[in-house]
Amino acid sequence: MTEQLDAGVAAWQIKESDVLDGREVGRARRRKEDARLVTGRTQWTDNIQLPGMLHVAFLRSPMAHARITRVDTSVARTQPGVVAVFSGADFAAEQGSLPCVWPVSEDIVIPDHPPMAVTEVRYVGEAVACVVATDRYKAADALDAIEVDYEPLDAVTDMTSALDEGGPKVHEAGNKAFTWTFAQGDIEAAFRDAAVRVERTFVQQRLIPSAMEPRAVVAQTDGDAFTLHSSTQIPHILRVMLALTTGIPEHKLRVVAPDVGGGFGSKLQVTAEEVLCLLITRRLGRPVKWTESRSEGNLTVHHGRDQLQRISVAADADGRIRGVKVDLLADMGAYLMLVTPGVPLLGAFMYSGVYKMDAYDFTCTGVFTTKVPTDAYRGAGRPEATFAIERMVDELAAELGMDPIELRRRNWIRHGEFPYTTVCGLTYDSGNYEAATDRALALFGYDRLRAEQADRRAREDPVQLGIGVSTYTEMCGLAPSRVLGSLSYGAGGWEHASVRVLPTGKVEVVTGTSPHGQGHETAWSQIVADALGVPFEDVAVLHGDTSSSYKGMDTYGSRSLVVGGVAVVQACEKVKEKARQVAAHLMEASPDDIEFSRGEFRVRGTGTSRTIQEIALATFAAHDLPDGFEPRLDADATFDPDNFSFPHGTHLCAVEVDTETGATRIRSYVAVDDVGNVVNPLIVEGQVHGGIAQGIAQALFEEAVHDADGNLLTTTMADYLLPSAADLPAYTTDRTETPATTNPLGVKGVGEAGTIASTPAVVNAVVDALRPYGVRDVPMPCTPERVWRALGQARTPQRTDGGLS
Amino acid sequence: MSEETTRYLVTLVVNGVVREAAVPARRLLSDFLRHDLGLTGTHVGCEHGVCGACTVLLDGEPVRSCLTFAVTVDGHEVTTVEGLAGDNELSPVQRAFTECHGLQCGFCTPGFLCAVTAFLRDNPAPTEEEALEAVSGNLCRCTGYQNIIKAVHRAAEIQAETQGRPEDRGGRA
Repeated sequence: MTEQLDAGVAAWQIKESDVLDGREVGRARRRKEDARLVTGRTQWTDNIQLPGMLHVAFLRSPMAHARITRVDTSVARTQPGVVAVFSGADFAAEQGSLPCVWPVSEDIVIPDHPPMAVTEVRYVGEAVACVVATDRYKAADALDAIEVDYEPLDAVTDMTSALDEGGPKVHEAGNKAFTWTFAQGDIEAAFRDAAVRVERTFVQQRLIPSAMEPRAVVAQTDGDAFTLHSSTQIPHILRVMLALTTGIPEHKLRVVAPDVGGGFGSKLQVTAEEVLCLLITRRLGRPVKWTESRSEGNLTVHHGRDQLQRISVAADADGRIRGVKVDLLADMGAYLMLVTPGVPLLGAFMYSGVYKMDAYDFTCTGVFTTKVPTDAYRGAGRPEATFAIERMVDELAAELGMDPIELRRRNWIRHGEFPYTTVCGLTYDSGNYEAATDRALALFGYDRLRAEQADRRAREDPVQLGIGVSTYTEMCGLAPSRVLGSLSYGAGGWEHASVRVLPTGKVEVVTGTSPHGQGHETAWSQIVADALGVPFEDVAVLHGDTSSSYKGMDTYGSRSLVVGGVAVVQACEKVKEKARQVAAHLMEASPDDIEFSRGEFRVRGTGTSRTIQEIALATFAAHDLPDGFEPRLDADATFDPDNFSFPHGTHLCAVEVDTETGATRIRSYVAVDDVGNVVNPLIVEGQVHGGIAQGIAQALFEEAVHDADGNLLTTTMADYLLPSAADLPAYTTDRTETPATTNPLGVKGVGEAGTIASTPAVVNAVVDALRPYGVRDVPMPCTPERVWRALGQARTPQRTDGGLS
Repeated sequence: MSEETTRYLVTLVVNGVVREAAVPARRLLSDFLRHDLGLTGTHVGCEHGVCGACTVLLDGEPVRSCLTFAVTVDGHEVTTVEGLAGDNELSPVQRAFTECHGLQCGFCTPGFLCAVTAFLRDNPAPTEEEALEAVSGNLCRCTGYQNIIKAVHRAAEIQAETQGRPEDRGGRA
């Protein structure tokens, strides 16, 4: 333990004053955001109180699948404080359909998705009516007085049954949303000629993203225009989609994401409640607020993962991987939401991981079930892919009797081979798997732990030690617009920034990214401080309000820095170029003779100079500017990346498994990540920590459980096990820095890396501990019960009914 | 008048100020603070007592304000995140969370700050295990907790420094 803590980077030991060359980028700046967050001076959506504001409560379907035959709201309308009661029929003419912007194939089935159900409900929790009342308690009370008659239909909760001929149909068109295929190389030859073939089926259990701030919406109108505050990651996309859905013209709709308490993909959505609150405000002309309860959120915020992965790997006897075949079923839930069908495709290109191979074959079928829809959750498709390939490499190593690190070394892309185009067709710009792995092995004490493992095995210790490896990479920084276009996504992947230089030389940055915990106000300030040579404190960052930030693609997919941050850099370059012209004019020199350094424009070879603040004031006064010069230094930039970002790293996990009880304990966890250059090491480390925690949570703790009738059983935080501090290990983190070559900052995304990396490291460790007993897999989450059952099944191989009793 | 509409006058001291409001018997303390008194620094994360985001200090002791009825705190004293430090100052715990990057989105933070404030008052020099235990009743989805635990130790240090008791600075082994 002591050794780990010593090796790790302790946040409080990273000194803010550790500065090289006076640069801000690379410095562990404490966050600007924190002053308001630690004192309660925040602006969450639920804080908003407006004169005359009404409160909305939704009546939600108690059945997973049913026809709605009658809704009677008459009694509810007479309850105290009730202003209005609406059912789906009341909105049918105007509510449109919730958007899906990723029709992944030409024949994809995109069912109509009314924000409020009108004739049929298809998951428990779907809104069927709502009460609008003078306070939240009264609105909730009156829900009891609404009468709804349902004619039950059959639920179908697992994908295999949903695909059975004659099974219950979620939609008229059937339960298959799409099949999407991708193939490279001669997969048949790769498998035919291979000495070893390993096949496994993995279940990516359904997860509930569980941002700490429940969703909330406030809608208002002045009779002409509308303003919607929402706890969202995507104010810009939301504005466009709400305009298209409700018919409110885009220029009459302002969307604001104020302080937002985490998202992890769950707030990358256009929700029924956002649409309905707008419609209610339009109908009543009064401001309305809706804030969900946690149980309501567990039922209705889109879920993540829920895939069934059949994967085969073919390899030569020396371990060289020849090919990978993937057959995937992806549970869409009852409807396709904003990017639901695209999530598994984001993983489609990552099943080759860091490895070279001859051939790859991928098939994904999206399946409808009577459960809440799935959509993006931290990593979105890439954690699933990385889990599968990293688990398979450990399985292959076991099959070959080879050390899993050695097997990886034989197959990964070597440092000298970058840029490297993978079998999936992606070009990884840079990386150094050797360096990250060597560093991780040293921090972990790999050989010592292997020796201890051998000793415990020899002694038949009831507590076995397992070592799990994950040498991950991922594609993030979403995304080059032309690539999104080729995948049938409905929009581009650029990002926008504008930089305004105020008369006193202070700077306002308007960004299209929409942070909800990532610290953009701090990191963007560091970038601008370096680019323009102004003090860090002199930069303000505005975001999340379409009235000030009119253009943006928001925050998800580890894109904010690598796309949005680069847009900030480019806008600063334009500002500098304008300022150079003014400086040259004021100093009676040619712009070509002006040097810029740390906020000062200097005539080359002389002592004559002007600061950027002086130039700002001179531009504001506009008395003496170059002929034809527009009197402003402000500039915009919209950056569309050429390529994705490919962070990578090596995570090593040691788990003790009690073979008598099935209990697991993570004894040590080492993560060495390479996210390219780092703007703020404190923020990067925080992202890695939180990412690892969520990945471990999938491996060991979390699962959304439904019964056969489609009822969610994990509706509270007592039932859905989010890890607390006591459940998680101390992480030892370190970095290697291989700059990205595809952006001027040399940065790679970091928001999802930890989550993508950690799940297979943990499960590989659990399985490694149990391998002497014949265990080849433990389904996630690897709870004591599951571990114990896996051991029991392995010990009694003749039993195939799955039970130990 | 029905049970839902009968109102009870609740008078209490919040962050050193006497406040009163007439509320129904079922009004949660969390809603009372946020919506009746306008103290929106207290956050509601789950409304069933698991996440701890709504933690406030009731007569100095941490309680889940979402599991407490406002009428039960009549005559008592409540401290929320807004009252942890003097005007425009940061308490040692608030400073430590900032220095150690013990928060990201910040939604769970007020609950942690209140819980840790009470903990360090009773145990100004905690061991690693005690610090871990102290924050285990609160959930955070962003940080992975490591920096929060560091913040507990750092707050103990700051507290010891500011209180001029260097002999108490033995928290970190």
